[in-house]
Amino acid sequence: MPVSIRQLTGRIGAVVEGVDLTAPPDPSTVTREHGCDDHPRPLDRVTVAGEERERQVFLPRYARRRTPLSILRERLRWPLGIYTTPVVILVAWEVLARAGVVSKTYAPAPTSIVKSAVDLWQQGVLGPDLAISLQRAGLGLAIGLTVGIVAGVLGGLLRSGEYLFNGVVQVLNTIPLLAVLPLMIVWFGIDELTKVLLISFGAGVPMYLNLFAAIRGVDQRLIEMARTTGAGTWRLVTRVLVPAALPGFLVGLRFSLAYSVLGLVAAETVNADQGLGFLITQGQTYLQTNQVFVGLVIYSLLGLLADQFVRALERVLLRWRPSYEAS
Amino acid sequence: MSSVVTTELRRQTGVVVEQVVRRFGDRVVLDDLDLSIADEELVILLGPSGCGKSTLLRLLAGLDRPDGGRVEVPARRAIVFQADRLLPWQRVLRNVTLGLHGPDADQRARDVLAEVGLSGREKAWPKELSGGEAQRVSLARALVSEPELVLLDEPFAALDAITRLRMHDLVRALRSKHHAAMLLVTHDVDEAIALADRVVVMGNGRIGSSHEVSLSAADRESSVAREELRARLLEDLGLAGQH
Repeated sequence: MPVSIRQLTGRIGAVVEGVDLTAPPDPSTVTREHGCDDHPRPLDRVTVAGEERERQVFLPRYARRRTPLSILRERLRWPLGIYTTPVVILVAWEVLARAGVVSKTYAPAPTSIVKSAVDLWQQGVLGPDLAISLQRAGLGLAIGLTVGIVAGVLGGLLRSGEYLFNGVVQVLNTIPLLAVLPLMIVWFGIDELTKVLLISFGAGVPMYLNLFAAIRGVDQRLIEMARTTGAGTWRLVTRVLVPAALPGFLVGLRFSLAYSVLGLVAAETVNADQGLGFLITQGQTYLQTNQVFVGLVIYSLLGLLADQFVRALERVLLRWRPSYEAS
Repeated sequence: MSSVVTTELRRQTGVVVEQVVRRFGDRVVLDDLDLSIADEELVILLGPSGCGKSTLLRLLAGLDRPDGGRVEVPARRAIVFQADRLLPWQRVLRNVTLGLHGPDADQRARDVLAEVGLSGREKAWPKELSGGEAQRVSLARALVSEPELVLLDEPFAALDAITRLRMHDLVRALRSKHHAAMLLVTHDVDEAIALADRVVVMGNGRIGSSHEVSLSAADRESSVAREELRARLLEDLGLAGQH
């Protein structure tokens, strides 16, 4: 057998043997047929005759020339990481607005939006509005997450909990958040209660659904294993079920935070005399497009903050997970 | 499925299985099977795929109940699965202490990890372990509770040949320290000869034949007696003349 393998490798030419992996690429080994192709073609074009056998050559990733520029780029990551697209859009927007392509009443330049925000803050309008909105969102989130988590845990762990909650929440899930608003106004009036409850409704339902699915989806083999080690129910819950359900919980948290902002926007269009929604409605009434944008920007910043918060949680809580890191 | 569990005083042996029947639908997997394992005996259960080895092991582990007959096992038992089944979100040490209680739990886990050659790896995540290391952690997890019976379900099947030989040495070393009856399920005849006090061959839902193995360590490696035993085992498995 060894003889025939020798013959084979001899014929198509073994390359790996002679390659010094630390040395810069030798052009003579790389520029074989399609060797330099950034997207190596599938290897199934090997023919019996041995003439069209494609070869792939792997070299150290940074064997190419390391210029100061490439080192700098490596440091900074490709240009700005996840902020690349937003920054590009902002710059383009600013340029278009300054050039007068988009009218000021349609889309004022980002810098002028920032200026409006500063003005509003200095007039003492923005601060209290933001505070009252955050208070509503916080209260609604607290109620929604508490109910969602308690129901989700009970529903996930206990069969009776599933029977108790699952049907109701599945039905509630099909009702659009915004469609509940009129009913809530009829039931709870046009004061704070409606706003807070709408937000908590938006936050609670996705939390329950994700947590329930996460707990039910825990690998049965791990539960079986834990039982055979003599771990009791408490150990099973705290060391197996809770950590295993954590990724699903974080997905639920992401949705909850997003929907709570949605609920906030919807709730604040009703009878608000304070809050970000009021600021936007007022801006609309007096054609202060700047002011509308200030409200929108703050909403989006809240969304961004929420996302970064969950990402940070994931980095800490899911360290154990061998996850895909895109190259 | 009858699910009567009674705790009884031990009789003289580690495991007693009497006329056990297990059916899945129409298929009778275990058919009046009898097996007993003495204290500190290492029995290898050999058989082709799908002959009911794992079913029997699950009955002994208490993960499943028989449809007929009687299974008596020590209450203190542990199982090593084919896959390591480590909790990916716990470091190695916490994986080993999963079923342990008491203030000395961590120290006991460290001791057992040292026995399987993994001292210094307590803080590693399971994703950082090689296949052999992960399986050694699951072996440590089984042994740390000082069980009277250890059930091993093809524990080394997924490992490479060299790692498997090292694991055999490890099992032999651990046996001299931990006094437990062991039942190891495998389909590897060489593994059976390397480790067993007794090899039982399963077929048609019963224990077909039983071979005491009383060879020295060197004779297990290579000897006339070894080859004879190997031939007999292959014959029992219906593979005579093919090897």
